[in-house]
Amino acid sequence: MKKLLTAFFGITLVSLLLLVWIQQLNTSQGYSGTGTITVFNWGDYIDMELVERFQEETGMTVIYETFDSNEAMLTKIQQGGTTYDIAVPSEYMIEKMKEEDLLIELDHEKLPNLQYIDERFLDLSFDEGNRYSVPYFWGTVGILYNPDMLPGKTFTSWNDLWDPALKNEILLIDGAREVMGMALNSLGYSLNDTNRDHLEEALDKLNELTPNVKAIVGDENKLLMANNEAAVALVWSGDARDVMWENEALDYVVPEEGSNLWFDSMVIPKTADNVEGAHQFINFMLDPEVAAQNTEYVSYSTPNEAALNYLPEEMVTDERFYPPPELTERLEVYENLGKEMLGVYNDLFLTFKMHH
Amino acid sequence: MRSNTNSFAKLFLIIIFLILYAPIFYLMIYSFNSGGSMSGFDGFTLDWYRELLGDTRMLIIVLNTIVIALLSALIATIIGTFGAIGIHSLKRNKNSVLSLNNVLIVSPDVIIGASFLILFTIAGIRLGFYSVLLSHIAFSIPIVVLMVLPKLAEMNSSLIDAARDLGATRWDVFTKVIFPSITPGIFAGFFMALTYSLDDFAVTFFVTGNGFSTLSVEIYSMARQGVSLTINALSTVLFLFTLLLVGIYYILTQRGGFRVGGWLRR
Amino acid sequence: MNRRMMRHLYMVPYVVWILVFVITPILLVLYYSFFDIHGNFSIINYERFFTPVYLKLTINSFWYAFLITFISLLVAYPTAYLLVKTRHKQLWLLLIIVPSWINLLLKAYAFIGIFGAYGAANQFLEFIGVGARQLLFTDFSFVFVAVYIFIPFMILPIFNALNGLNPALVDAANDLGASKWTTFARVIFPLTIDGVKTGCQVVFIPALSLFMLTRLIAGNRVITLGTAIEQHFLVTQDWGMGSTVAVFLILIMFVMIRLTGFRRRGV
Repeated sequence: MKKLLTAFFGITLVSLLLLVWIQQLNTSQGYSGTGTITVFNWGDYIDMELVERFQEETGMTVIYETFDSNEAMLTKIQQGGTTYDIAVPSEYMIEKMKEEDLLIELDHEKLPNLQYIDERFLDLSFDEGNRYSVPYFWGTVGILYNPDMLPGKTFTSWNDLWDPALKNEILLIDGAREVMGMALNSLGYSLNDTNRDHLEEALDKLNELTPNVKAIVGDENKLLMANNEAAVALVWSGDARDVMWENEALDYVVPEEGSNLWFDSMVIPKTADNVEGAHQFINFMLDPEVAAQNTEYVSYSTPNEAALNYLPEEMVTDERFYPPPELTERLEVYENLGKEMLGVYNDLFLTFKMHH
Repeated sequence: MRSNTNSFAKLFLIIIFLILYAPIFYLMIYSFNSGGSMSGFDGFTLDWYRELLGDTRMLIIVLNTIVIALLSALIATIIGTFGAIGIHSLKRNKNSVLSLNNVLIVSPDVIIGASFLILFTIAGIRLGFYSVLLSHIAFSIPIVVLMVLPKLAEMNSSLIDAARDLGATRWDVFTKVIFPSITPGIFAGFFMALTYSLDDFAVTFFVTGNGFSTLSVEIYSMARQGVSLTINALSTVLFLFTLLLVGIYYILTQRGGFRVGGWLRR
Repeated sequence: MNRRMMRHLYMVPYVVWILVFVITPILLVLYYSFFDIHGNFSIINYERFFTPVYLKLTINSFWYAFLITFISLLVAYPTAYLLVKTRHKQLWLLLIIVPSWINLLLKAYAFIGIFGAYGAANQFLEFIGVGARQLLFTDFSFVFVAVYIFIPFMILPIFNALNGLNPALVDAANDLGASKWTTFARVIFPLTIDGVKTGCQVVFIPALSLFMLTRLIAGNRVITLGTAIEQHFLVTQDWGMGSTVAVFLILIMFVMIRLTGFRRRGV
């Protein structure tokens, strides 16, 4: 009994001391002050130095919270209970949030730096006139491969993945839209196709790919490709960029049939408390110099045309990550297909996974 | 013959410990990697540790994580222990109560997280420290109950009857008879509750808010960008610190109990 | 307040916990399970559960949970048995638990490195002459890592049971001329069966709904009910179907407890 009581009081005491310490740290950080904005973003998806600079310039305190998937973020914003002034969802989620009336319309008067964004990336189908969102980073979906492991093999088309020589060499993304989209594209259909026959055809085609598929993975694909675990992977361009820094042998291609064009964009959710501050923050992030610094940190492609001038030459002339307009014209953004169609996509993908 | 089985036993335990610690050593080695990720060791650097030093936000998150783990495990252990004693004393329906007890263990984290989030918003509880603490207590209670129950079953029930016959009060029975014989179960429950709390991502993510964050949430949300090696450095520091604490605690409780040699009792 | 109620006062927090954090979520999950993807009341989710896809998932989940529990037990029992005999057994026990406090995702990444084509495991295999082979994305590595994660949960209760064993009983058996094996099979194991049962429960039940490792280590070659729930909640946003799968998971767990739980005990 003595042992239990000692443990009880010991743990209580330690916890209380830690709580006091946390309290002190929080006050020293100014986290408890007024004039705060809460940013809800992917982990490690911003240069924290910029956040500090924003705090110094405006006197506002920035609380930075993180999420690991669009859907998880949506659930939290739907449910309320916490105030997020800025969120950074992907484009298909923006359409959905718009539909569910979860976003506040942006005041373009307060966002003069919007002028620096490349026109190609404005006024897209998921948010016409950019009434609710401003692009933060963008990219494509393509094939990342290791030429050293596949001498003589080149990729220009999605259909190159079906080559029997690639037996057990391909890593796919664990995402229904990406994988189904790839199959649809390879058949010459749109990746937003909702024709059931086309979808069944895509599933059949995917099943034929099974012998070549090594695994269906998530974010760990970067680690796997850097370790030469597989020769080919279906990836988002942002990930490709990250791995290519680790493993210089790798190369990235966007197939000629077309592919997906994705965005992560800044929005102001309905839960916002400090709409004025949120606009200031968005405008700050759109500043060319700030955007350039952020791009160097995050390494994804920036939609900020003026920021390109501040970035290293070899970075912005790399057509794999800053493709010319001829290519971007062939790319499509994911449209919100509605819950039911998304269910069909997911069921087909699940069938494919079970087959595999 | 004896010494043969002894060295075999030693070898077995050494292998078990090697396997248990292999991934942790792996993480620790990469915390010194000058390359940016856990693939290909490029060279030695202390940069990640340096980066860690100035990171007050990370320090707050680490402290939050520890406080939540300690407090939730402590409270869950108290509630769970009394719950186990209650279940043990039931004459009927033991299995039904036990089934209810286990619901949170079998439910995937997303379901627990989502339903707790709904509960908290209905109840109007502000998301943050308290909602996270409450949730961690909630999902840790069942494991404590499961750890304490077998010790109760082992306990000789005639002991309690004897104590009662000798005029012991209910409180006396608790403190003099029951608790001493189930202490190992209580500690086991506490440590498993700590494990649950430290590892939880999904539930915490759903019920947190207003700037409150824990290490798991931070690490999982980094996955898309690639988990930074500062996290490896941080894990190394925390791990060594824990080992140090374990060592100090042990020396304090065993004062002079360490002797060289005779690793296995003959 | 009468005496009877006073006597049960110590249980109040536990009962409140069951009501608020167990019963309410179950009711919520049940409620959601009766709505289809459009938010209409229907039992279509239940019909869907009895299609081959979900039945296969159920069998998968069972099979892997069984395998993981069984192997955990095979490793944990001798470990606990030997630990109890060491001099500083409490210290060693703590050192078994400490690794489980490091973040799971990080450990999974470490295993990806260790089991990789050029990882330490394959170098070892080559060294001992077996030769390198594909380890990642196999049943072997999946079960290995799952056992790795659950092993402390199995060792603790067994350790406690063995530690509480009365040495006099073992000595008595030896004195009566029982062989080592007989002593173990007839005396030690039966006396620690409660610990073993607890260990199996705390491994089997969560193993049923394992999901993250199925992707990280098994590359989605293993798909379980846990994966399906995860998908429905976080990708399809079909909370109804996700809840339905959860209802079945909970039912399965109830049946398991009935089968393995308390019986009337002698002594």
